[in-house]
Amino acid sequence: MKKKMSARGGSAPAGNYVIIGNSASGIAAIGAIRECDKKGKITVISDEPYFNYSRPLISYLLGKKVKLEAMPCRGEDFYKNNRVKLILNKKATKLDLKQKTVVLSDKRKIPFDKLLISTGGMPIIPEIKGIDLGGIFTFIKLADVEKIAKYIKDNKVKEAVVIGGGLIGLKATEALTGLKIKVSVVELADRILSATFDKRSSGIIEASLEKVGCKLITNNTVSKIKRKNRKVKQLILKDKKNILTSLVIVAIGVKPNIELVKDTPIKINRGILVNNFMETTLKDIYAAGDCCEAKDSLLNMNRQIAIWPVAMKQGKIAGFNMAGVKKEYQGSFSMNSVELCGIPTVSMGETCPEGKDYQVLEYLQENKSIYKKIVLKENKIVGAIFVGEIERAGIYTGLIKDKIDVSSFKEYLLKEDFGLINLPKELRKHLVEGEVAVI
Amino acid sequence: MKKIRIKEEYCMGCRLCEVHCLVQHSKTKNIIKAYKGEYPKPISRIIVEEKGYVSFALQCRHCEDAPCLEACITGSMYQDKKTGAVLCDGKKCVGCWMCIMVCPFGVISRDVEGKKIASKCDLCMGEEIPVCVKNCPNEAIVCKGES
Repeated sequence: MKKKMSARGGSAPAGNYVIIGNSASGIAAIGAIRECDKKGKITVISDEPYFNYSRPLISYLLGKKVKLEAMPCRGEDFYKNNRVKLILNKKATKLDLKQKTVVLSDKRKIPFDKLLISTGGMPIIPEIKGIDLGGIFTFIKLADVEKIAKYIKDNKVKEAVVIGGGLIGLKATEALTGLKIKVSVVELADRILSATFDKRSSGIIEASLEKVGCKLITNNTVSKIKRKNRKVKQLILKDKKNILTSLVIVAIGVKPNIELVKDTPIKINRGILVNNFMETTLKDIYAAGDCCEAKDSLLNMNRQIAIWPVAMKQGKIAGFNMAGVKKEYQGSFSMNSVELCGIPTVSMGETCPEGKDYQVLEYLQENKSIYKKIVLKENKIVGAIFVGEIERAGIYTGLIKDKIDVSSFKEYLLKEDFGLINLPKELRKHLVEGEVAVI
Repeated sequence: MKKIRIKEEYCMGCRLCEVHCLVQHSKTKNIIKAYKGEYPKPISRIIVEEKGYVSFALQCRHCEDAPCLEACITGSMYQDKKTGAVLCDGKKCVGCWMCIMVCPFGVISRDVEGKKIASKCDLCMGEEIPVCVKNCPNEAIVCKGES
Protein backbone atom coordinates (compact mmCIF):
# COMPACT_ATOMS: atom_id res chain seq x y z
CA MET A 1 0.00 0.00 0.00
CA LYS A 2 1.18 3.43 -0.86
CA LYS A 3 2.05 5.54 2.10
CA LYS A 4 -0.36 8.40 2.40
CA MET A 5 1.19 11.81 2.79
CA SER A 6 -0.68 13.91 5.24
CA ALA A 7 -0.45 17.65 5.52
CA ARG A 8 -0.44 17.25 9.26
CA GLY A 9 2.70 16.01 10.85
CA GLY A 10 5.36 18.05 9.21
CA SER A 11 5.12 17.48 5.48
CA ALA A 12 3.90 21.03 4.80
CA PRO A 13 6.56 23.45 3.64
CA ALA A 14 8.37 25.22 6.43
CA GLY A 15 7.07 28.77 6.47
CA ASN A 16 8.01 31.95 8.17
CA TYR A 17 5.07 32.87 10.35
CA VAL A 18 4.67 36.15 12.18
CA ILE A 19 1.93 36.74 14.73
CA ILE A 20 1.19 40.21 16.04
CA GLY A 21 -0.47 39.95 19.43
CA ASN A 22 0.10 37.43 22.18
CA SER A 23 -3.34 36.85 23.64
CA ALA A 24 -5.99 34.18 22.93
CA SER A 25 -5.94 34.02 19.12
CA GLY A 26 -2.16 34.39 19.01
CA ILE A 27 -1.54 31.43 21.30
CA ALA A 28 -4.21 29.34 19.57
CA ALA A 29 -2.55 30.03 16.23
CA ILE A 30 0.85 28.94 17.58
CA GLY A 31 -0.57 25.56 18.55
CA ALA A 32 -2.31 25.04 15.22
CA ILE A 33 0.71 26.09 13.13
CA ARG A 34 3.04 23.78 15.06
CA GLU A 35 0.65 20.89 14.68
CA CYS A 36 1.00 21.16 10.89
CA ASP A 37 4.45 22.62 10.38
CA LYS A 38 7.13 21.30 12.68
CA LYS A 39 9.99 23.16 11.06
CA GLY A 40 8.69 26.63 10.21
CA LYS A 41 9.76 29.73 12.06
CA ILE A 42 7.19 31.34 14.36
CA THR A 43 7.71 34.86 15.65
CA VAL A 44 5.28 36.53 18.02
CA ILE A 45 5.34 40.29 18.49
CA SER A 46 3.72 41.86 21.54
CA ASP A 47 3.79 45.44 22.77
CA GLU A 48 3.35 44.18 26.31
CA PRO A 49 6.26 43.16 28.54
CA TYR A 50 4.80 39.89 29.86
CA PHE A 51 5.52 36.59 28.16
CA ASN A 52 1.84 35.76 28.43
CA TYR A 53 -1.22 36.48 30.56
CA SER A 54 -4.96 36.04 30.36
CA ARG A 55 -6.82 39.29 29.87
CA PRO A 56 -10.15 38.09 31.29
CA LEU A 57 -8.31 37.52 34.57
CA ILE A 58 -7.37 41.15 35.16
CA SER A 59 -10.40 41.80 37.37
CA TYR A 60 -9.40 38.79 39.49
CA LEU A 61 -5.89 40.24 39.81
CA LEU A 62 -7.21 43.65 40.84
CA GLY A 63 -9.53 42.02 43.37
CA LYS A 64 -6.62 39.94 44.70
CA LYS A 65 -8.38 36.70 43.83
CA VAL A 66 -5.52 35.64 41.55
CA LYS A 67 -1.84 36.30 42.07
CA LEU A 68 0.41 37.76 39.38
CA GLU A 69 2.17 34.39 39.00
CA ALA A 70 -1.13 32.74 38.10
CA MET A 71 -1.97 35.21 35.31
CA PRO A 72 -0.39 33.32 32.41
CA CYS A 73 -2.76 30.91 30.66
CA ARG A 74 0.22 29.21 29.02
CA GLY A 75 3.50 28.56 30.76
CA GLU A 76 6.88 29.70 29.49
CA ASP A 77 7.48 26.15 28.31
CA PHE A 78 4.63 26.58 25.82
CA TYR A 79 6.77 29.00 23.81
CA LYS A 80 9.86 26.89 24.27
CA ASN A 81 8.19 23.66 23.25
CA ASN A 82 6.65 25.27 20.20
CA ARG A 83 9.93 26.98 19.35
CA VAL A 84 8.44 30.45 19.24
CA LYS A 85 10.58 33.54 19.09
CA LEU A 86 8.95 36.10 21.35
CA ILE A 87 9.56 39.76 20.71
CA LEU A 88 8.14 41.50 23.77
CA ASN A 89 7.65 45.14 24.64
CA LYS A 90 7.88 46.14 20.97
CA LYS A 91 5.00 47.59 19.05
CA ALA A 92 4.37 46.67 15.45
CA THR A 93 4.03 50.14 13.97
CA LYS A 94 3.76 49.54 10.25
CA LEU A 95 3.14 46.86 7.66
CA ASP A 96 5.31 46.93 4.57
CA LEU A 97 3.19 44.79 2.31
CA LYS A 98 5.49 44.99 -0.72
CA GLN A 99 8.48 43.75 1.22
CA LYS A 100 6.29 41.52 3.39
CA THR A 101 7.76 42.86 6.60
CA VAL A 102 6.43 44.14 9.89
CA VAL A 103 8.16 47.28 11.11
CA LEU A 104 8.66 47.53 14.86
CA SER A 105 8.81 50.55 17.15
CA ASP A 106 12.60 50.21 17.25
CA LYS A 107 12.66 50.32 13.40
CA ARG A 108 13.54 46.65 13.16
CA LYS A 109 11.97 44.87 10.20
CA ILE A 110 10.54 41.39 10.67
CA PRO A 111 9.94 39.53 7.40
CA PHE A 112 7.05 37.10 7.02
CA ASP A 113 5.55 34.60 4.58
CA LYS A 114 2.28 34.45 6.47
CA LEU A 115 1.09 37.04 8.91
CA LEU A 116 -1.56 36.88 11.61
CA ILE A 117 -2.92 40.13 12.96
CA SER A 118 -4.34 39.42 16.39
CA THR A 119 -4.04 42.83 17.94
CA GLY A 120 -7.22 42.49 19.99
CA GLY A 121 -9.41 45.33 21.08
CA MET A 122 -8.83 48.74 22.52
CA PRO A 123 -10.96 50.66 24.98
CA ILE A 124 -13.38 53.27 23.72
CA ILE A 125 -12.63 56.53 25.48
CA PRO A 126 -15.33 59.17 25.70
CA GLU A 127 -14.49 62.67 24.62
CA ILE A 128 -14.70 64.53 27.89
CA LYS A 129 -12.28 67.27 28.85
CA GLY A 130 -9.99 65.97 31.55
CA ILE A 131 -10.37 62.29 30.68
CA ASP A 132 -6.56 62.06 30.62
CA LEU A 133 -6.18 63.25 34.21
CA GLY A 134 -4.46 61.19 36.89
CA GLY A 135 -6.75 58.72 38.58
CA ILE A 136 -8.68 57.91 35.40
CA PHE A 137 -7.93 54.49 33.92
CA THR A 138 -9.14 52.08 31.29
CA PHE A 139 -9.48 48.39 32.15
CA ILE A 140 -8.42 45.86 29.56
CA LYS A 141 -4.74 45.13 30.13
CA LEU A 142 -2.59 43.86 32.94
CA ALA A 143 -0.72 47.16 32.92
CA ASP A 144 -4.03 48.91 33.71
CA VAL A 145 -4.37 46.82 36.87
CA GLU A 146 -0.81 47.59 37.94
CA LYS A 147 -1.45 51.31 37.51
CA ILE A 148 -4.82 51.18 39.28
CA ALA A 149 -3.46 49.12 42.20
CA LYS A 150 -0.57 51.55 42.66
CA TYR A 151 -2.89 54.54 42.48
CA ILE A 152 -5.23 53.03 45.06
CA LYS A 153 -2.31 52.45 47.42
CA ASP A 154 -0.60 55.80 46.89
CA ASN A 155 -3.81 57.81 47.21
CA LYS A 156 -5.58 55.66 49.80
CA VAL A 157 -8.62 55.46 47.54
CA LYS A 158 -11.85 54.80 49.40
CA GLU A 159 -14.39 55.49 46.68
CA ALA A 160 -14.44 55.07 42.91
CA VAL A 161 -16.61 55.60 39.89
CA VAL A 162 -16.92 53.08 37.08
CA ILE A 163 -18.21 54.54 33.83
CA GLY A 164 -20.08 51.81 31.99
CA GLY A 165 -22.26 49.06 33.44
CA GLY A 166 -21.32 46.35 30.98
CA LEU A 167 -19.47 43.14 31.80
CA ILE A 168 -16.02 44.72 32.04
CA GLY A 169 -17.28 47.62 34.13
CA LEU A 170 -19.07 45.32 36.52
CA LYS A 171 -16.15 42.95 36.90
CA ALA A 172 -14.05 46.02 37.79
CA THR A 173 -16.78 47.08 40.21
CA GLU A 174 -16.77 43.69 41.86
CA ALA A 175 -12.99 43.75 42.24
CA LEU A 176 -12.99 47.24 43.76
CA THR A 177 -15.85 46.36 46.11
CA GLY A 178 -13.79 43.40 47.26
CA LEU A 179 -11.02 45.86 48.14
CA LYS A 180 -13.49 47.73 50.37
CA ILE A 181 -13.78 50.60 47.92
CA LYS A 182 -17.22 52.13 47.56
CA VAL A 183 -18.18 52.12 43.90
CA SER A 184 -20.68 54.14 41.91
CA VAL A 185 -21.49 52.85 38.45
CA VAL A 186 -22.60 55.38 35.85
CA GLU A 187 -24.48 53.81 32.94
CA LEU A 188 -25.92 55.53 29.91
CA ALA A 189 -28.73 53.01 29.36
CA ASP A 190 -31.69 52.58 31.69
CA ARG A 191 -30.11 49.50 33.27
CA ILE A 192 -26.81 47.70 33.66
CA LEU A 193 -25.77 44.87 31.30
CA SER A 194 -28.19 46.19 28.69
CA ALA A 195 -26.22 44.70 25.81
CA THR A 196 -26.35 41.12 27.00
CA PHE A 197 -29.23 40.85 29.48
CA ASP A 198 -32.95 41.60 29.54
CA LYS A 199 -34.63 43.80 32.14
CA ARG A 200 -35.41 41.02 34.57
CA SER A 201 -31.89 39.58 34.66
CA SER A 202 -30.35 43.05 34.87
CA GLY A 203 -32.68 43.71 37.80
CA ILE A 204 -31.45 40.66 39.72
CA ILE A 205 -27.81 41.70 39.35
CA GLU A 206 -28.66 45.34 40.12
CA ALA A 207 -30.32 44.32 43.37
CA SER A 208 -27.38 42.23 44.48
CA LEU A 209 -24.85 44.93 43.58
CA GLU A 210 -26.83 47.44 45.63
CA LYS A 211 -26.92 44.96 48.49
CA VAL A 212 -23.12 44.99 48.68
CA GLY A 213 -23.10 48.77 48.74
CA CYS A 214 -22.73 49.77 45.08
CA LYS A 215 -24.52 52.82 43.85
CA LEU A 216 -26.03 52.41 40.39
CA ILE A 217 -26.70 55.56 38.41
CA THR A 218 -28.52 54.77 35.16
CA ASN A 219 -29.79 56.97 32.32
CA ASN A 220 -26.86 59.17 32.99
CA THR A 221 -23.36 60.01 31.88
CA VAL A 222 -20.36 62.08 32.86
CA SER A 223 -20.31 65.53 31.30
CA LYS A 224 -17.51 67.25 33.19
CA ILE A 225 -14.46 66.26 35.14
CA LYS A 226 -13.10 68.49 37.88
CA ARG A 227 -9.48 68.29 38.90
CA LYS A 228 -7.14 68.95 41.78
CA ASN A 229 -3.38 68.88 41.16
CA ARG A 230 -3.68 67.08 37.78
CA LYS A 231 -5.83 64.40 39.36
CA VAL A 232 -9.54 63.74 39.15
CA LYS A 233 -11.52 65.09 42.08
CA GLN A 234 -15.13 65.30 41.05
CA LEU A 235 -17.44 64.21 38.24
CA ILE A 236 -20.39 66.26 37.06
CA LEU A 237 -23.12 64.17 35.49
CA LYS A 238 -25.50 64.97 32.65
CA ASP A 239 -28.28 65.79 35.14
CA LYS A 240 -25.93 68.15 37.04
CA LYS A 241 -25.52 65.75 39.95
CA ASN A 242 -21.95 65.49 41.11
CA ILE A 243 -19.83 62.75 42.62
CA LEU A 244 -16.64 63.26 44.59
CA THR A 245 -14.15 60.60 43.62
CA SER A 246 -10.43 60.02 43.41
CA LEU A 247 -10.56 57.03 41.04
CA VAL A 248 -12.41 56.55 37.77
CA ILE A 249 -12.45 53.45 35.60
CA VAL A 250 -13.64 53.94 32.03
CA ALA A 251 -15.34 50.81 30.70
CA ILE A 252 -17.83 51.92 28.08
CA GLY A 253 -16.76 49.38 25.50
CA VAL A 254 -14.05 47.92 23.35
CA LYS A 255 -13.41 48.47 19.66
CA PRO A 256 -11.22 46.46 17.30
CA ASN A 257 -7.60 47.57 17.35
CA ILE A 258 -7.03 48.21 13.66
CA GLU A 259 -4.42 50.98 13.83
CA LEU A 260 -1.87 48.85 12.02
CA VAL A 261 -3.98 48.25 8.92
CA LYS A 262 -5.66 51.65 8.66
CA ASP A 263 -3.48 52.94 5.83
CA THR A 264 -3.13 49.67 3.97
CA PRO A 265 -5.25 48.09 1.20
CA ILE A 266 -6.52 45.52 3.75
CA LYS A 267 -10.25 46.07 3.91
CA ILE A 268 -11.79 47.11 7.19
CA ASN A 269 -15.19 47.93 8.48
CA ARG A 270 -15.26 48.43 12.26
CA GLY A 271 -12.79 45.56 12.40
CA ILE A 272 -10.59 43.80 9.90
CA LEU A 273 -12.71 41.88 7.40
CA VAL A 274 -11.89 38.19 7.04
CA ASN A 275 -13.32 35.30 5.05
CA ASN A 276 -14.20 31.92 6.54
CA PHE A 277 -10.54 30.93 6.41
CA MET A 278 -9.71 33.95 8.57
CA GLU A 279 -7.81 35.49 5.70
CA THR A 280 -8.06 39.24 5.15
CA THR A 281 -8.67 40.72 1.73
CA LEU A 282 -4.92 40.36 1.12
CA LYS A 283 -3.40 36.97 0.46
CA ASP A 284 -1.17 35.52 3.20
CA ILE A 285 -2.43 38.01 5.76
CA TYR A 286 -4.83 36.69 8.34
CA ALA A 287 -6.68 38.22 11.26
CA ALA A 288 -8.35 36.68 14.29
CA GLY A 289 -9.88 37.64 17.61
CA ASP A 290 -11.23 40.96 18.82
CA CYS A 291 -9.60 42.94 15.99
CA CYS A 292 -11.53 41.22 13.21
CA GLU A 293 -15.04 40.81 11.89
CA ALA A 294 -15.77 37.17 11.15
CA LYS A 295 -18.90 35.13 10.64
CA ASP A 296 -21.68 35.32 13.21
CA SER A 297 -23.56 32.09 12.56
CA LEU A 298 -26.74 33.29 14.25
CA LEU A 299 -27.01 36.67 12.57
CA ASN A 300 -25.52 35.44 9.32
CA MET A 301 -23.22 38.38 8.93
CA ASN A 302 -19.65 39.31 9.69
CA ARG A 303 -19.09 41.15 12.94
CA GLN A 304 -16.80 41.42 15.92
CA ILE A 305 -17.54 38.97 18.73
CA ALA A 306 -15.08 39.99 21.40
CA ILE A 307 -14.98 36.96 23.66
CA TRP A 308 -12.21 34.58 24.65
CA PRO A 309 -13.57 31.29 23.20
CA VAL A 310 -14.22 32.90 19.82
CA ALA A 311 -10.74 34.43 19.70
CA MET A 312 -9.25 31.01 20.47
CA LYS A 313 -11.33 29.30 17.80
CA GLN A 314 -10.50 31.91 15.17
CA GLY A 315 -6.81 31.88 16.02
CA LYS A 316 -6.74 28.13 15.67
CA ILE A 317 -8.50 28.20 12.28
CA ALA A 318 -6.17 30.97 11.11
CA GLY A 319 -3.14 28.95 12.23
CA PHE A 320 -4.21 25.86 10.31
CA ASN A 321 -4.84 27.82 7.13
CA MET A 322 -1.58 29.72 7.46
CA ALA A 323 0.24 26.39 7.63
CA GLY A 324 -1.52 25.17 4.52
CA VAL A 325 -4.15 22.93 6.10
CA LYS A 326 -7.48 24.21 4.89
CA LYS A 327 -10.02 24.57 7.68
CA GLU A 328 -13.21 26.52 7.45
CA TYR A 329 -14.53 28.66 10.29
CA GLN A 330 -18.13 27.67 10.97
CA GLY A 331 -18.92 30.94 12.69
CA SER A 332 -19.78 31.67 16.30
CA PHE A 333 -22.26 33.76 18.18
CA SER A 334 -22.09 36.06 21.16
CA MET A 335 -22.17 34.41 24.55
CA ASN A 336 -20.79 35.05 27.97
CA SER A 337 -20.43 33.48 31.35
CA VAL A 338 -19.89 35.87 34.22
CA GLU A 339 -20.33 35.54 37.93
CA LEU A 340 -21.27 38.74 39.71
CA CYS A 341 -21.84 39.04 43.47
CA GLY A 342 -21.66 35.28 43.68
CA ILE A 343 -24.48 34.83 41.16
CA PRO A 344 -23.42 32.80 38.13
CA THR A 345 -24.86 33.97 34.82
CA VAL A 346 -24.75 32.83 31.23
CA SER A 347 -26.23 34.74 28.34
CA MET A 348 -26.10 34.02 24.65
CA GLY A 349 -27.46 35.14 21.33
CA GLU A 350 -30.60 37.24 21.10
CA THR A 351 -31.78 37.96 24.64
CA CYS A 352 -34.20 40.86 24.10
CA PRO A 353 -36.18 39.94 20.99
CA GLU A 354 -38.62 42.36 19.46
CA GLY A 355 -41.41 41.41 17.08
CA LYS A 356 -43.81 38.60 16.39
CA ASP A 357 -41.27 36.15 15.02
CA TYR A 358 -40.06 35.20 18.48
CA GLN A 359 -41.41 33.02 21.23
CA VAL A 360 -40.10 33.50 24.76
CA LEU A 361 -40.03 30.88 27.51
CA GLU A 362 -39.30 32.07 31.04
CA TYR A 363 -38.82 30.71 34.52
CA LEU A 364 -38.40 32.91 37.57
CA GLN A 365 -37.75 32.15 41.21
CA GLU A 366 -37.21 35.60 42.59
CA ASN A 367 -36.39 34.76 46.22
CA LYS A 368 -33.48 32.63 45.04
CA SER A 369 -32.33 35.01 42.29
CA ILE A 370 -32.95 32.31 39.71
CA TYR A 371 -34.10 33.28 36.26
CA LYS A 372 -34.04 31.42 32.97
CA LYS A 373 -35.14 32.57 29.58
CA ILE A 374 -35.12 30.88 26.21
CA VAL A 375 -35.77 32.79 23.00
CA LEU A 376 -37.09 30.81 20.05
CA LYS A 377 -37.45 31.74 16.41
CA GLU A 378 -39.07 29.33 14.01
CA ASN A 379 -38.80 26.65 16.71
CA LYS A 380 -35.06 27.05 17.06
CA ILE A 381 -33.29 28.53 20.06
CA VAL A 382 -31.68 31.83 19.13
CA GLY A 383 -30.94 33.19 22.58
CA ALA A 384 -30.91 32.34 26.26
CA ILE A 385 -30.26 33.82 29.68
CA PHE A 386 -29.46 31.85 32.83
CA VAL A 387 -29.11 33.61 36.15
CA GLY A 388 -28.45 31.84 39.45
CA GLU A 389 -28.59 28.39 37.89
CA ILE A 390 -26.36 27.72 34.91
CA GLU A 391 -26.04 23.95 35.16
CA ARG A 392 -25.87 22.29 31.76
CA ALA A 393 -26.10 25.63 29.94
CA GLY A 394 -23.82 24.21 27.26
CA ILE A 395 -26.55 21.87 26.06
CA TYR A 396 -28.52 24.94 24.98
CA THR A 397 -25.39 26.39 23.36
CA GLY A 398 -25.15 23.18 21.35
CA LEU A 399 -28.80 23.39 20.32
CA ILE A 400 -28.28 26.98 19.15
CA LYS A 401 -25.08 26.14 17.31
CA ASP A 402 -26.55 23.15 15.51
CA LYS A 403 -29.82 24.97 14.81
CA ILE A 404 -31.88 22.11 16.25
CA ASP A 405 -35.67 22.21 15.89
CA VAL A 406 -36.91 22.04 19.48
CA SER A 407 -40.65 21.81 18.84
CA SER A 408 -40.87 18.19 20.02
CA PHE A 409 -39.31 18.91 23.41
CA LYS A 410 -40.03 22.59 23.95
CA GLU A 411 -41.98 21.99 27.17
CA TYR A 412 -38.93 20.43 28.82
CA LEU A 413 -36.46 23.21 27.99
CA LEU A 414 -36.91 25.08 31.26
CA LYS A 415 -37.44 22.07 33.51
CA GLU A 416 -34.93 21.80 36.31
CA ASP A 417 -33.82 18.35 35.18
CA PHE A 418 -33.61 19.17 31.47
CA GLY A 419 -30.90 17.13 29.86
CA LEU A 420 -29.89 15.16 26.84
CA ILE A 421 -32.64 12.69 27.74
CA ASN A 422 -35.24 15.17 26.53
CA LEU A 423 -33.73 15.39 23.07
CA PRO A 424 -35.17 13.39 20.15
CA LYS A 425 -33.87 9.83 20.19
CA GLU A 426 -31.59 10.15 17.21
CA LEU A 427 -29.88 13.29 18.45
CA ARG A 428 -29.62 11.88 21.96
CA LYS A 429 -28.06 8.66 20.74
CA HIS A 430 -25.61 10.64 18.66
CA LEU A 431 -24.53 12.65 21.68
CA VAL A 432 -24.58 9.90 24.29
CA GLU A 433 -23.22 7.00 22.30
CA GLY A 434 -21.29 8.86 19.65
CA GLU A 435 -17.74 7.64 19.60
CA VAL A 436 -15.92 10.91 19.87
CA ALA A 437 -17.46 14.30 20.09
CA VAL A 438 -15.96 16.68 17.61
CA ILE A 439 -17.34 20.12 18.02
CA MET B 1 -6.10 5.95 25.01
CA LYS B 2 -9.09 4.97 27.11
CA LYS B 3 -12.52 5.92 25.86
CA ILE B 4 -15.63 5.40 27.90
CA ARG B 5 -18.67 4.31 25.94
CA ILE B 6 -22.24 4.53 27.11
CA LYS B 7 -24.78 1.83 26.30
CA GLU B 8 -28.08 3.37 27.21
CA GLU B 9 -30.09 0.24 26.49
CA TYR B 10 -28.26 -1.55 29.33
CA CYS B 11 -28.57 1.21 31.93
CA MET B 12 -30.99 0.37 34.73
CA GLY B 13 -30.73 3.74 36.40
CA CYS B 14 -29.29 2.28 39.62
CA ARG B 15 -26.96 5.26 40.02
CA LEU B 16 -24.20 3.11 41.49
CA CYS B 17 -21.79 4.88 39.14
CA GLU B 18 -22.60 8.19 40.82
CA VAL B 19 -21.97 6.70 44.26
CA HIS B 20 -18.66 5.15 43.25
CA CYS B 21 -17.56 8.30 41.42
CA LEU B 22 -18.29 10.48 44.44
CA VAL B 23 -16.43 8.16 46.81
CA GLN B 24 -13.48 7.88 44.42
CA HIS B 25 -13.18 11.65 44.37
CA SER B 26 -13.49 12.05 48.12
CA LYS B 27 -10.56 12.50 50.49
CA THR B 28 -11.36 9.53 52.70
CA LYS B 29 -12.56 7.13 49.97
CA ASN B 30 -14.99 5.88 52.59
CA ILE B 31 -18.62 5.90 51.53
CA ILE B 32 -20.14 7.00 54.86
CA LYS B 33 -17.54 9.71 55.50
CA ALA B 34 -17.65 10.86 51.87
CA TYR B 35 -21.39 11.40 52.03
CA LYS B 36 -21.67 12.75 55.54
CA GLY B 37 -18.46 14.06 56.96
CA GLU B 38 -16.28 15.72 54.35
CA TYR B 39 -15.81 19.37 53.63
CA PRO B 40 -15.86 20.40 50.88
CA LYS B 41 -18.42 17.76 50.04
CA PRO B 42 -17.20 15.63 47.15
CA ILE B 43 -19.47 15.52 44.12
CA SER B 44 -20.00 12.90 41.46
CA ARG B 45 -18.53 13.72 38.09
CA ILE B 46 -20.92 11.40 36.31
CA ILE B 47 -24.56 12.31 35.77
CA VAL B 48 -27.40 9.81 35.43
CA GLU B 49 -30.34 11.00 33.37
CA GLU B 50 -33.65 9.24 33.62
CA LYS B 51 -37.06 9.62 32.04
CA GLY B 52 -39.60 6.82 31.95
CA TYR B 53 -37.87 3.63 30.93
CA VAL B 54 -34.88 5.36 29.42
CA SER B 55 -31.81 6.11 31.48
CA PHE B 56 -28.11 6.54 30.92
CA ALA B 57 -25.03 7.74 32.68
CA LEU B 58 -22.88 10.44 31.15
CA GLN B 59 -19.52 11.93 31.93
CA CYS B 60 -16.96 14.02 30.05
CA ARG B 61 -16.47 12.70 26.53
CA HIS B 62 -12.84 13.85 26.52
CA CYS B 63 -13.37 15.39 23.09
CA GLU B 64 -10.40 15.50 20.79
CA ASP B 65 -11.27 19.06 19.80
CA ALA B 66 -12.75 20.06 23.14
CA PRO B 67 -14.70 23.33 23.29
CA CYS B 68 -13.96 23.66 27.02
CA LEU B 69 -10.24 23.84 26.25
CA GLU B 70 -10.79 26.79 23.97
CA ALA B 71 -13.13 28.53 26.35
CA CYS B 72 -10.94 28.25 29.45
CA ILE B 73 -9.58 31.69 30.32
CA THR B 74 -7.02 30.50 32.86
CA GLY B 75 -5.43 27.59 31.02
CA SER B 76 -6.58 25.30 33.83
CA MET B 77 -8.38 23.02 31.37
CA TYR B 78 -5.78 20.99 29.55
CA GLN B 79 -5.39 17.88 27.48
CA ASP B 80 -3.06 15.25 28.87
CA LYS B 81 -0.54 14.63 26.13
CA LYS B 82 -0.14 10.93 26.79
CA THR B 83 -3.73 9.86 27.36
CA GLY B 84 -5.68 12.59 25.56
CA ALA B 85 -7.82 13.03 28.69
CA VAL B 86 -9.26 16.50 29.19
CA LEU B 87 -8.45 17.54 32.74
CA CYS B 88 -8.99 20.56 34.95
CA ASP B 89 -6.27 21.91 37.21
CA GLY B 90 -8.26 22.97 40.25
CA LYS B 91 -5.42 25.17 41.49
CA LYS B 92 -5.60 27.39 38.42
CA CYS B 93 -9.37 27.34 37.91
CA VAL B 94 -11.18 30.51 39.05
CA GLY B 95 -14.72 29.28 38.48
CA CYS B 96 -15.65 31.54 35.54
CA TRP B 97 -17.85 28.73 34.16
CA MET B 98 -16.95 29.38 30.53
CA CYS B 99 -16.48 25.60 30.17
CA ILE B 100 -20.01 24.95 31.43
CA MET B 101 -21.31 27.44 28.89
CA VAL B 102 -19.75 25.63 25.94
CA CYS B 103 -19.90 21.92 26.82
CA PRO B 104 -22.65 20.49 24.58
CA PHE B 105 -22.96 17.43 26.82
CA GLY B 106 -23.50 19.42 29.99
CA VAL B 107 -21.05 17.27 31.92
CA ILE B 108 -19.03 19.93 33.74
CA SER B 109 -20.43 21.04 37.09
CA ARG B 110 -19.77 23.83 39.53
CA ASP B 111 -17.99 22.70 42.67
CA VAL B 112 -18.62 25.59 45.01
CA GLU B 113 -18.37 24.38 48.58
CA GLY B 114 -14.67 25.03 48.85
CA LYS B 115 -12.73 27.05 46.32
CA LYS B 116 -15.00 27.51 43.32
CA ILE B 117 -13.81 25.19 40.58
CA ALA B 118 -15.09 23.31 37.58
CA SER B 119 -15.68 19.65 38.36
CA LYS B 120 -15.45 17.00 35.68
CA CYS B 121 -14.52 13.40 34.93
CA ASP B 122 -10.77 12.75 35.16
CA LEU B 123 -11.03 9.12 34.01
CA CYS B 124 -10.06 8.17 37.60
CA MET B 125 -6.41 9.06 37.15
CA GLY B 126 -4.23 6.39 38.65
CA GLU B 127 -6.85 3.66 38.43
CA GLU B 128 -6.53 1.12 35.70
CA ILE B 129 -10.24 1.26 34.93
CA PRO B 130 -12.50 4.18 35.89
CA VAL B 131 -14.68 3.24 38.87
CA CYS B 132 -17.94 3.90 37.01
CA VAL B 133 -16.95 1.30 34.44
CA LYS B 134 -15.66 -1.15 37.01
CA ASN B 135 -18.77 -0.98 39.16
CA CYS B 136 -21.54 -0.82 36.58
CA PRO B 137 -23.50 -4.02 37.25
CA ASN B 138 -24.93 -4.26 33.76
CA GLU B 139 -22.08 -3.11 31.51
CA ALA B 140 -23.87 0.05 30.52
CA ILE B 141 -20.60 1.95 30.91
CA VAL B 142 -17.73 0.25 29.17
CA CYS B 143 -14.15 1.11 28.59
CA LYS B 144 -12.39 0.40 25.36
CA GLY B 145 -8.71 0.86 25.16
CA GLU B 146 -7.20 2.20 21.98
CA SER B 147 -3.61 2.64 21.26
